Amino acid sequence: MAQIFPRSANSVAKVSIVAGVILAGTIVGAAYTIDRGHFITNVSIAPDQPVPFSHKHHVTDDGIDCRYCHTSVESSSFAGLPPTETCMSCHSQIWNNAAMLEPVRASYRTGESLSWTRVHDLPDFVYFNHSIHVNKGVGCATCHGRVDLMPLTYKVNTLYMNWCLECHRQPEKYVRPRDQVFNMSYEPPPNQLELGRELVAKYKIQKLTDCVTCHR
Amino acid sequence: MSSLINIQTKPEETPAASTERSPSVDVTGLREKLESAKGPEFWRSLEQLAGTADIQKFLDDEFPERTPDWKDPAKRRDFLKVMGASLALAGLSACTKQPAEAIVPYVRQPEDLVPGKPLFYATARPCSGGAIGVLAESHMGRPTKVEGNPSHPASMGATDTFTQASILDLWDPDRAQTVTRNGQISSWINFIAVFGGARDDHATRQGTGLRILSAPFSSPTLASQAAAFLAAMPQAKWHQWEPVTRIPGYHPVYNFAAADVIVSLDSDFLACGPASVRYSRDFAAKRRVMTAETPTQQKQALQRGPNEDRPEGAAANQTNARESVAGQATMSRLYVAEGTPSVTGAKADHRIRIKTSEVPAFAATLANALGAGGSAGTLSGNAAQRIPAIARDLQAHRGSSLIIAGDFQPPAVHALAHAMNQAMGNVGKTVSYAAPMDFNPTDGIQSLRELVADMNAGKVQTLLILGSNPVYDAPADLGFTDAIKKVKLRARLGHAFDETSAYCQWHIPEAHYLESWSDTRAFDGTTTILQPLIEPLYGSISAHQILSVLLNQSDTNPHDIVKQYWTGRVRAANFNAWWQRALHDGIVPDTAAPLSTSPGLPAAGASPQASQGGLEIVFRPDPAIWDGCFSNNGWLQELSKPQNKMTWDNAVWISPATAKAQGLDTADIVEINYQGRKVQGPIWIMPGHAEDSITVHLGYGRTRAGRVGNGVGFNAYALRTSDAPWVGSGARLRKTGRYWFATTQHMQEMDDREPVKVMSLADYSKDPEVEAERLPRELTMYPPFSYAGYKWGMAIDLNACTGCQACTVACQAENNIPVVGKDQVSRGRHMNWLRVDRYHRGKAEDPETYYQPVPCMHCEDAPCEVVCPVAATVHSGDGLNQMVYNRCVGTRYCSNNCPYKVRRFNFYLYSDWYTKSLYGVRNPDVTVRSRGVMEKCTFCVQRINAAKIESEKEDRRIQDGEILTACQQVCPAAAIVFGDINDPNSKVAKLKAQPRNYSLLEELNTRPRTTYQARLRNINPEIEKG
Repeated sequence: MAQIFPRSANSVAKVSIVAGVILAGTIVGAAYTIDRGHFITNVSIAPDQPVPFSHKHHVTDDGIDCRYCHTSVESSSFAGLPPTETCMSCHSQIWNNAAMLEPVRASYRTGESLSWTRVHDLPDFVYFNHSIHVNKGVGCATCHGRVDLMPLTYKVNTLYMNWCLECHRQPEKYVRPRDQVFNMSYEPPPNQLELGRELVAKYKIQKLTDCVTCHR
Repeated sequence: MSSLINIQTKPEETPAASTERSPSVDVTGLREKLESAKGPEFWRSLEQLAGTADIQKFLDDEFPERTPDWKDPAKRRDFLKVMGASLALAGLSACTKQPAEAIVPYVRQPEDLVPGKPLFYATARPCSGGAIGVLAESHMGRPTKVEGNPSHPASMGATDTFTQASILDLWDPDRAQTVTRNGQISSWINFIAVFGGARDDHATRQGTGLRILSAPFSSPTLASQAAAFLAAMPQAKWHQWEPVTRIPGYHPVYNFAAADVIVSLDSDFLACGPASVRYSRDFAAKRRVMTAETPTQQKQALQRGPNEDRPEGAAANQTNARESVAGQATMSRLYVAEGTPSVTGAKADHRIRIKTSEVPAFAATLANALGAGGSAGTLSGNAAQRIPAIARDLQAHRGSSLIIAGDFQPPAVHALAHAMNQAMGNVGKTVSYAAPMDFNPTDGIQSLRELVADMNAGKVQTLLILGSNPVYDAPADLGFTDAIKKVKLRARLGHAFDETSAYCQWHIPEAHYLESWSDTRAFDGTTTILQPLIEPLYGSISAHQILSVLLNQSDTNPHDIVKQYWTGRVRAANFNAWWQRALHDGIVPDTAAPLSTSPGLPAAGASPQASQGGLEIVFRPDPAIWDGCFSNNGWLQELSKPQNKMTWDNAVWISPATAKAQGLDTADIVEINYQGRKVQGPIWIMPGHAEDSITVHLGYGRTRAGRVGNGVGFNAYALRTSDAPWVGSGARLRKTGRYWFATTQHMQEMDDREPVKVMSLADYSKDPEVEAERLPRELTMYPPFSYAGYKWGMAIDLNACTGCQACTVACQAENNIPVVGKDQVSRGRHMNWLRVDRYHRGKAEDPETYYQPVPCMHCEDAPCEVVCPVAATVHSGDGLNQMVYNRCVGTRYCSNNCPYKVRRFNFYLYSDWYTKSLYGVRNPDVTVRSRGVMEKCTFCVQRINAAKIESEKEDRRIQDGEILTACQQVCPAAAIVFGDINDPNSKVAKLKAQPRNYSLLEELNTRPRTTYQARLRNINPEIEKG
């Protein structure tokens, strides 16, 4: 009986072992990259909104405080989204003919709410509370990034659990004095760890890693 | 939440085949076994007492129904292939991109609303003969839960099962959603046009031929509207009918806080009636036996941790404990004479089992013995022998005893009870009588009889039915259904398009109490103004608006109608401030009815019909769905009834001996032949039921209740006659077939391990230490963990618990627990996180009954945690046994390893994800679980977290009582206490330091955070050997 495999089959077999491993690694690597990439996590992607609202303009140019619109951020789990009335408190006077703002005026006229697309959307089995983070010295920008520099709002962090746990395990690396929480341009000092430890003690910050802290 | 699984998935087998899985069904030779058996001391069912093999499978396996083993090797290989492929795909499914979600702000945000925080509004749920004050929780305008109003006299902060479940009725997808005329969509405007015409026509004849039928009501505004209507149309008539009603114009108010000896004459005061919640609270307060601890004991308790093992320390201190107990362990004593086992009967220290029709004779004999009139009658069983001892006990407690006649007993028995109370000097102390508060107190049956006669005589041209459902629930002999067809114009205001609506040209959707303005009075007359939490979901209408049309008033806004009424009657300097205050508090000040010492009973009516041979038949409202008004409520349909743990059915209750005499077994279908009317229903052999008697429960067999209630159970109204609404005689039974029940009494069984501990008060006074197998702390493999911060724990006082199950429904409402349907319940898959186990002790004919609520024990050394392969259940730093749904892959190892059987598994997608209207009722603070996920009691961790966050913000510790779990908050008897056991002054720590404290299955050394306080029985030594 003649040989079924030619001599070159040996080389092919050897190469295929290595190539197989590389291929498998590439597939896993690609899958991981896609899964953690912007397409899946929505990081850096500004979704379409009914009105192209610019935080940059309102915060940096106009100097409006976060809490002017996000009223319940210090007292409730939900930071609060401004009702149309809040928009109209200024825009009935300024830019009151801008075509861009027609959806806002229409909402005010008809009583129909604006429907925004959530930028920071946690899964439904996660219960996050803004008020306790703000009260314990976690700055807006720590999680949301420099929203004050964003013409269109996008998220800068994945909001994945491993990202949350980074701070829940080592809060001293991220906390800031309470009076700096709403300061969007706050830069952590060089001795952040030292200051952080001090604040953790002062604010009685706990390293909450129990599941029920967020899942219930 | 009211998952419609029972509708969507038909039982996979025919009922005949499925009897295999329902252990209560086929009890071969049960009777013979019962006679010879020597079963466990505490037993859950007759089958267990007899040691029937069928229930063994529920002990061997929590879910005996599962996929059969793969025997065929080829098939098995196929299975593995499919399994491998699905595992691979299951992994991929985690890669889905999170869908975009809309976020919708207000246009104009209400001023006092903080998004993300609930608001509570005081209102009240009107119920038959009274009302329960509630604080309704609103999440951004969406009512999700009702809690009791602590300042309301009928609530005291607690509620009953019906009030808890009433929130589901608001979101019921089967509510009538539009005005209909002859089944076609119409409108309120059209109705006003047509009805306004009829009104004008009747007005020319002073209202002749115009009739209104409603349930009895106490709303002052509606009463004033009704009075104005009757004044304008003097020939019109207002009829009143309600299937479960009490003696009109008679309002006894009991003071259990002052009662040391209580005799109930067939009165289920702990579960039935508008004041049952308040009475449970007062009754339990007199049963709470606390041992004052010596400082040494307290110190030791603190050192060892309140729920740690006490024996070493306690042994040394027993002398102290004895001393502190001696002479001060007092509690009230309750005697109950009844035929049908009730919640109150289960609490009795002495339950006297007599036929319901013998209660008048029992009352007369007791009155005779007390010298309060009445003549000694003949009584069956040992009832007569017990009367002298009871009489002596009563006489020894003049002024602090109480004799209560049941709501369903005739006025003669109430008159006897009053005479006895008077002779004992109780009137004005433990019982007084409130002035009538209902509109025009009327005997419902008489009123309905007149209406039917007039309709048959052609005297009624227009009939307006406000809420009542007489086509379904009128006495069978009146012939209401035939008579109503003779009325020309018929209109119905109702929750759903039900049996009566089908007989009316017009149907108007009725506003739920949470979406309408009104007012109502509680059992003692205290008035609450009802305020809506939400605009009517479907343009629903309230009775006030209909009356306003009848009165030809242009303003039909219910808010204006109610406010207008009160404006004219309040002498307040600033009415608006008064109005705001009354709404805020949930009670109108100074509206309690004046109390007197004269009962105001009507003259005793006809004496009950003479016995006609055959069996006695007793009619009772159903413990779960009452008179049928809650038929379409999935939470209540699936609530296991306290007496027999049955769900989704009613049954013909019969005593074991009578069943034997009739040759019947549980789940035999019988035809009841009573006064020429026949109805078929299944038999349930009920330990403790009176002999030669059957009990049937009202409220089932609905045909137009909705998707949940239609075709469930049998209709006992078809047997009920106007001359004997509560008890009759001459029933005959004939076996016609077999049935299958879904009862939970075998499920989550803990084998023969004495989960309930009971002591007599006398034994307790000698040695308060409860017997338990306690193991030293060192006998564990786990390293010790110090719970430095909070240490959450729960104490459940079995001596206070009445078994009413309000906790079960409150838990369901709070924690988004789904309804699974009868078929799934029968497979052991009900989802209630908090179950209430019922145990009997003693002979099958007349046993003692005990209840035990069982939530998750939150064991410190939890057996479930170590077996989870994916760490989906782990321990928290404050000692909670956490369940992480998003990690759970559904191996069910945890449930298998839980000795208490408190874990529940979503075998299917039980949560209803598709019925839009049910989205509204869900608690936004709790995850809605999906298929394939394990779940269980969390100690209401959402409430713990909320309190924790608030306290952290204020830089303080959580105070005792700041966190109330849902079950604790609702408990009418205040039997459940939750708190921080690291704080020696917390209520829960003090309870756990009581010598009555014990852990469930203590011998397993799981160190549960939930512990129990043993039940005490205050036995009268004179009749101990009865």
